[in-house]
Amino acid sequence: MSGFLVLEQALNGLQFGLMLFLLAAGLTLVFGVMDMINLAHGSLYMVGAFLAAWLTALTGSFVLGVVGAVALTAIFGMALEAGLLRTLYARDHLSQVLATFALILILNDGTKMIFGNDLPLSAPAALAGPVELLPGLQYPAYRLLILGVGLALALLLWLLVQKTRMGALVRAGASNREMATAMGTDIPRLFTIVFGIGAALCAVAGALLGPLLAVQVGMGENILILAFVVIVIGGIGSIRGALVGAILVGAIDTLGRTLLQHVLREFLPPQWASAAGPAIASIAVYVFMAIVLAIRPQGLFPARA
Amino acid sequence: MTAPADARAAAAPNRLGLHVAALALLGAAALALPWLLGAFGLDFYLSLATRIVVYAIAATSLNLVLGYGGMVSFGHAAFVGVGAYVTAVLISEGTQSGFVHLVATLAISALAALVIGAISLRTRGVYFIMITLAFAQMLFYLANSVKGYGGDEGLSIRTRSLFALGGWVLDLKQPLAIYYVALGVLALALLALARFAPSRFGRAVLALRDDDVRAEALGFATYRLKLVVFVVAGALGGVAGALSVNLQGYVSPNVLHWTQSGTLMVMVILGGVATVWGGLVGAAVLLLLQEVLAAYTEHGEFWTGWVLLGVVLFARRGLVGVLLRRAAPRLS
Repeated sequence: MSGFLVLEQALNGLQFGLMLFLLAAGLTLVFGVMDMINLAHGSLYMVGAFLAAWLTALTGSFVLGVVGAVALTAIFGMALEAGLLRTLYARDHLSQVLATFALILILNDGTKMIFGNDLPLSAPAALAGPVELLPGLQYPAYRLLILGVGLALALLLWLLVQKTRMGALVRAGASNREMATAMGTDIPRLFTIVFGIGAALCAVAGALLGPLLAVQVGMGENILILAFVVIVIGGIGSIRGALVGAILVGAIDTLGRTLLQHVLREFLPPQWASAAGPAIASIAVYVFMAIVLAIRPQGLFPARA
Repeated sequence: MTAPADARAAAAPNRLGLHVAALALLGAAALALPWLLGAFGLDFYLSLATRIVVYAIAATSLNLVLGYGGMVSFGHAAFVGVGAYVTAVLISEGTQSGFVHLVATLAISALAALVIGAISLRTRGVYFIMITLAFAQMLFYLANSVKGYGGDEGLSIRTRSLFALGGWVLDLKQPLAIYYVALGVLALALLALARFAPSRFGRAVLALRDDDVRAEALGFATYRLKLVVFVVAGALGGVAGALSVNLQGYVSPNVLHWTQSGTLMVMVILGGVATVWGGLVGAAVLLLLQEVLAAYTEHGEFWTGWVLLGVVLFARRGLVGVLLRRAAPRLS
């Protein structure tokens, strides 16, 4: 096992973590401020990916495809929030689970009706090749782009939440919604916008991961659970927690999947190692969450006062 | 939460006769179903009926945890899956005895529920939801990685559970046998659930569901009571899994996928949380709806979603709640 392999996998882990963060950011705010379990958050990721693939094919430009998908998904998210999800905030968690589960069925099958079961989406040709990061270390240019966009958006979101008036209102809402409302914050209107931003971030993640994974119906379901794990680890309602949680989960998952196999090969027969590695890696994320909950039941960065 | 139950209890004396008659009719219809289907040449639907009964058992076991115990478990598929895998693995290893399958299923799914419950019940609220989900996910990935038993492709079995006692043999490969066995398990589960709510134990569980701080102050061992409910429900879920393997002859990690836990939750909420019939009604309505839609459209899921959404928005207590409100006069 070379140092370069570790470095490369660490970059992959960071990249996956940043994409998880884009999903988790919206989810944690909806969960933290509105106390709403939104299982359909992963569907926005899927919708974003499909729109990006469709628009990229239509315009011939990946950039136009992604930008268009982000804008359309944001509008779609806001319409969804104002039209349906808003009525669910006051309901119990069970009703929210049933309604958003229903929404997954509708959005999955609706996407299938419009676009079919999957759409092709590939990275722009200019970014198809590798870049030499260090002498001897080649890294795919497209993954580097994801890394850059992820970091830039994380920074932008941090500025938005920490330095703007709207961010202060969102933080106030996450810390104590009743008090924020009593002080005159129009939480419902604020939340339609927050939801739109969350949906846009989902679309960015879906569009950027599309060429690496696959743009297909049901792609939101598995990543949704990882996003929930991220926000539980980070502390529900906390953007900072979501970032730390996402990078931890991305690192554990990616490093576990690849490096663990190499380590296990030292002790186990190869076929055992290649079977046990990914299994332990997938489980490790959940074990980590259970440990965090056992030690810090409110997550690493609790938002609620 | 308790209003319909109270109304029902108060209305019970003068409606007892009606209840008994309705139950007798339902029981007779369920018993005669294979014969009725045969008479109309619809034998094909017996496996659908069995599937409804098996799902009803799983949903009823979840309703015990979720409705009566107030524990929003988002990982109930874990126990159904454990039961399914235990039975499938035993059969694939050559153990034919249904009694062995049953005992092993009960023991291992109860043990799984004991471990998962003991840890999860230390958390509450949304954290309980997430940690039960996390345990189910661990088992999902574990099942995916065990290549010896099919891995992600699943495990097919050629024979089924065989109950032999003296000269008397019951082979669950027979469609009638599995239907009646599943029906018997469901009837026992519903009977136990109906007896549970008014019992001393049941009242204690309902008390701590409604206000666990008060229940604890009154001296109830809340943690232990909840754990008992969780384990019993896990064992019953395991039996549902064992039956589903016998019905389908196949098990795959998908029985452990989180959308399965979600489907069971949807059935309970759709039917009626904390109602005896909720699990059965939810399972029957959802599976029949899917079956009917599949006959007319390729996009059954789409329309199923709209129906579920309509239920959330317009039938807040679930279908059983709506029916009871119509049937029983409002007393409170």
